[in-house]
Amino acid sequence: MHRYIIRRLLLMIPTLLGVAILIFVLMRLLPGDIVEIRLASEGAYVSQETINKERARLGLDKPLWRQFLDWLWGVARFDLGQSMWTGRAITYEIGIRFQLSLQIAIMATLVAVILAIPLGTLAALKQDTWVDYAVRVFSIAGLATPSFWLGILILLTFLIFFRWAPPMVYTPIWVDPVANLSQLTWPALATGYRYSAVVMRMTRSSVLEVLREDYIRTARAKGLWERLILVRHALKNAMLPVLTVTGLEFAFLIGGLVVTEQVFNLNGLGKLFVDAVGHHDYTLVQGLVLLVAFVFAFTNLVVDVLYAWLDPRIRYQ
Amino acid sequence: MATRETVVAPPPSPLEVPPRARWWRAVGRFVRQKPLGTGGAAIVLFMILVAVFADVLAPYDPLDTDYLNMFSPPSYHHWLGTDDFGRDILSRLIYGSRTALLVGFVSAFLGATLGLIIGVASAYFGGTTDLLVQRVLDVFLSFPLIILALAVVAVFGTGVGNVILAITIPLIPRCARVVRSSALAIRAIPYVDAARACGFSHWRIILRHMLPNVVAPYLIMLTAFQGQAILLEASLSFLGLGVQEPVPAWGLMLRGGAEQYAESAPWMAIFPGLAISLAVFAFNIFGDALRDVLDPRLRGTT
Amino acid sequence: MQRLRLVRSRWLVAGVVVLVLGLATAAWAAEQPRHGGILTYIVSASGFPSMDGHRETTFAVVQPLAPFYSVLIKVNPENPADPTDFVGDVAESWTVSPDGRVYTFKLRRNVKFHDGSLMTSRDVKATFDKIIFPPPGVASARKGMYTMVEAVEAPDDFTVVFRLKFPTAAFLPALANPFNWIYKADILEKDMHWYEKNVLGTGPFKFQEYVAGSHVAGVRNPDYFIPGLPYLDGFRAIFIAKEAPQVAAIRGGRAMVNFRSFPPKIRDDLVRAMGDQIVVQESAWNCALYVVPNHKVKPFDDPRVRRALTLALDRWGAAETISKIAIVKTVGGLVFPHHPLAASREELQQIAGFWPDIEKSRREARRLLREAGVPEGFKFRFHNRGVEQPYKVLGIWLIDQWRQIGLEAEHWVQPTAQFYATLRSRQQQYEVSMDFNCQSVVNPILDITKFLSQDVSSLNHAEYEDRELDALHAQILRETNTEKLKALLRQFEKRVLDEQAHYLITLWWHRIVPHNARMRGWKISPSHYLNQDLATVWLAPE
Repeated sequence: MHRYIIRRLLLMIPTLLGVAILIFVLMRLLPGDIVEIRLASEGAYVSQETINKERARLGLDKPLWRQFLDWLWGVARFDLGQSMWTGRAITYEIGIRFQLSLQIAIMATLVAVILAIPLGTLAALKQDTWVDYAVRVFSIAGLATPSFWLGILILLTFLIFFRWAPPMVYTPIWVDPVANLSQLTWPALATGYRYSAVVMRMTRSSVLEVLREDYIRTARAKGLWERLILVRHALKNAMLPVLTVTGLEFAFLIGGLVVTEQVFNLNGLGKLFVDAVGHHDYTLVQGLVLLVAFVFAFTNLVVDVLYAWLDPRIRYQ
Repeated sequence: MATRETVVAPPPSPLEVPPRARWWRAVGRFVRQKPLGTGGAAIVLFMILVAVFADVLAPYDPLDTDYLNMFSPPSYHHWLGTDDFGRDILSRLIYGSRTALLVGFVSAFLGATLGLIIGVASAYFGGTTDLLVQRVLDVFLSFPLIILALAVVAVFGTGVGNVILAITIPLIPRCARVVRSSALAIRAIPYVDAARACGFSHWRIILRHMLPNVVAPYLIMLTAFQGQAILLEASLSFLGLGVQEPVPAWGLMLRGGAEQYAESAPWMAIFPGLAISLAVFAFNIFGDALRDVLDPRLRGTT
Repeated sequence: MQRLRLVRSRWLVAGVVVLVLGLATAAWAAEQPRHGGILTYIVSASGFPSMDGHRETTFAVVQPLAPFYSVLIKVNPENPADPTDFVGDVAESWTVSPDGRVYTFKLRRNVKFHDGSLMTSRDVKATFDKIIFPPPGVASARKGMYTMVEAVEAPDDFTVVFRLKFPTAAFLPALANPFNWIYKADILEKDMHWYEKNVLGTGPFKFQEYVAGSHVAGVRNPDYFIPGLPYLDGFRAIFIAKEAPQVAAIRGGRAMVNFRSFPPKIRDDLVRAMGDQIVVQESAWNCALYVVPNHKVKPFDDPRVRRALTLALDRWGAAETISKIAIVKTVGGLVFPHHPLAASREELQQIAGFWPDIEKSRREARRLLREAGVPEGFKFRFHNRGVEQPYKVLGIWLIDQWRQIGLEAEHWVQPTAQFYATLRSRQQQYEVSMDFNCQSVVNPILDITKFLSQDVSSLNHAEYEDRELDALHAQILRETNTEKLKALLRQFEKRVLDEQAHYLITLWWHRIVPHNARMRGWKISPSHYLNQDLATVWLAPE
């Protein structure tokens, strides 16, 4: 098991390196130059000399391979450098947004799991009845509804019927839980619905697989309640693939809440990414993308380890 | 299943092209067994018709501004109301279906097909090639769809063509993964090696023996991608990075005026959102049914 | 002069909005300001780059940070609508020498930095030296505004002298720029970049907190140099980039005001929904969007084609219609329409594209296009910035207007960064583009330098050379007689907008600030950069 984990951690390195190269190249392909955008975009007069000095200060006058190696060497020492836009440390810029993104991801996961697992199981047990159809329509509708649109509708409902709007500034939950929850519950619900749809579909099909196993089939003649009892033992196995999709979605939520954050004015990683790309803040985008990729790979690893731990049949080499 | 290698056994009966009568019977069976899927298919068909006959169906030119009738609520003249430029929302929705379907079809087709090629090639050649291709796919699979799409748009710019590109790129590795695991199963069967020993070319083996066996996952991914592509297009447009005004597009219709004025002109926000949801819903529900019929083992991969 | 509407609303059925003009103004002026309270306001941006006002150009720096700083002189906060009324801030008074070349400022003696140290002329000199004569490697966004300044001197602790190379009407408005925050000389000596990440000023509020991308907070400065001010205990400036959450914040009582502007429809919606809890202030706005035809790209090298583009625009009509959905309204020439040097309506109507008869204009436009050999249905790409208000809205309008003279423009929208890269490239990357000019203190003489030949003005994106304009401007810069200035400016305007149609102007912006009725003591100005130190703002009880 330890060897497996170490092997997986080592395998992460080429992937992350690939991510680093990809995002570095993409950023340098962006038309326009950060220094010009920063100093001269809004119609200010700045001499070419000043622009060159600033480029040198940011290290942009060096050859590309050199910039890349410098950055990589920093990353290897856990130093992501400074944002080219604000001049502050990237760990600072990301740090203040990470809390919020993490909390929404966790809350959305809770919403998803609480909704999805009972409903998905029920749909499987009642396969091809109206219950099943209703659950499936509900879940496919979740996949089909843009989360940001749902967010707009939620905000609209509050405004029209309660003349209320959620707080616009993030408060950590340990400082003021009420303010915190009244800001983050709604985006968590809006994204949690889509998320629950994914998990619900997986739950339903996994439970169906389990139901096909022989010892369950023999119990088919019995009532729903007995079957549920029988299935309960098997449910642990059915939950394994559910765990996988939950983990995947969770990892994607950390950095992928781009549009919903715009709707709710959340100061999260998605908004940071959009702003950083808009400013051509190379170092910040690179650091951020690397972080998102790392979270993804790491979550995957955690899921796989949990998998092995839950299922004695699986033994990793 | 992201990084674990799931080997999927070949589907029980390879998909053949049945004679016309059998085809109709298959359709009939589909309709009887999959009422939800049939509903989805009907909606998809309806959308295609609307897109094709937009010129005939739309009561107004979607670009015609009317500054005397801005923000009209739904009425006899404007069934779904007008927007901030006095443009007819129904007409813009009808024309918007063209953008949605164009982006949806083209990027789903390109994404699934390129994914198919990469997946099959990777599985067939195996060894180092496979390893390298898998690592590259890992890289692309490590981001949320939207992040990759945003980066691509930032580099190449907005507009329909670039949006299609931005949506296609993140879809490719997702299809390649699934196709590869199906193809691996075929590759494991000795007759492929036998065919190679007989001196058949790589192309012939891939085309004649491997491709037919991965058609099912390919078709499934193709349908599933339609919905994802439409959603992604809407998200990009909503961020202002998709197709641009005044081209009618659903996501774009939710941006700007629709959101700002949602309280006093809610029809601007509600109808385009419904259109997106309905379209994606139809594709998903049809895709689900198709998957159940073609290859139930792929459940959960899309 | 500047039209200022201080309006109060009524709760009316059937969605009819009646704006009752100026009712409350007199009543409020008589009211006694109260101390206390925290003002929460919206900054319509997702954040700012650095905190150094001398190097940055965006209002997203001014609005949250101006309360921490003082300036030498500023527009009169009691009369901010007047673009020529300046008062001292840390300056107590000033005199001008008879030849107009020496400005002497007497400073207040009780101005303290937030660290307790006394502010002297040394600090003021260090500040303006940084702005006007920045050392190598230090960026100063407004260096170009002070070409007339020869030297800044500090003869004693509380006197500052500006020596000019030549007398000009452009100097005083340039000095009143709201970004010219007084920094501490000791700090600048040690590190010219310190102010990019830190705050230390002499303003009415002390720095409390900054959370990147979220908000800036300040607390009352008890040692402020005007006794009794400020009234507020503190403020919170929160960043909200999109208009929908901004509206929600104001509707839901999470914020009191967005000092930038809202489109008219949002004003109406807010007034309808919140009744007398909301007060609306409006003003013409010293910003305008221009259309730049690229002179190096065919057929836009032909003045006839450029004139056709401007003739197609129904500006007087748009002032009635587009002004309902966009933050634009005023028809005007190159000079801010409410400035004493601006063109009158009659003078404007002589200029192509401003004729009162739009049908006649469009006939002429079609004739010019035919003459220039541009076919019906000619296609080109119109390059625009990915900002909703008012860029994209006006973009949609422009495309519609050109459609009516048989031109087919495709909307090519780029995000801000790429937009500027394209606009500034000078490699003929666009055919016709949007461009804009937005200044704080109205200073017509400096504002029109944008239109000088491309080798003179780095802001000329149309890529032309016009020596006649350059010569004209040299005259304008040194002219101090108002009537002669006006005549010269009209000549300049006619050449840029009509004869050569180098640039097309759309409509001037219109600033609409609906704010919570509890917020008092703030008056709207023609710029969202001005009058933001919040010293006199106070909150009425609920």
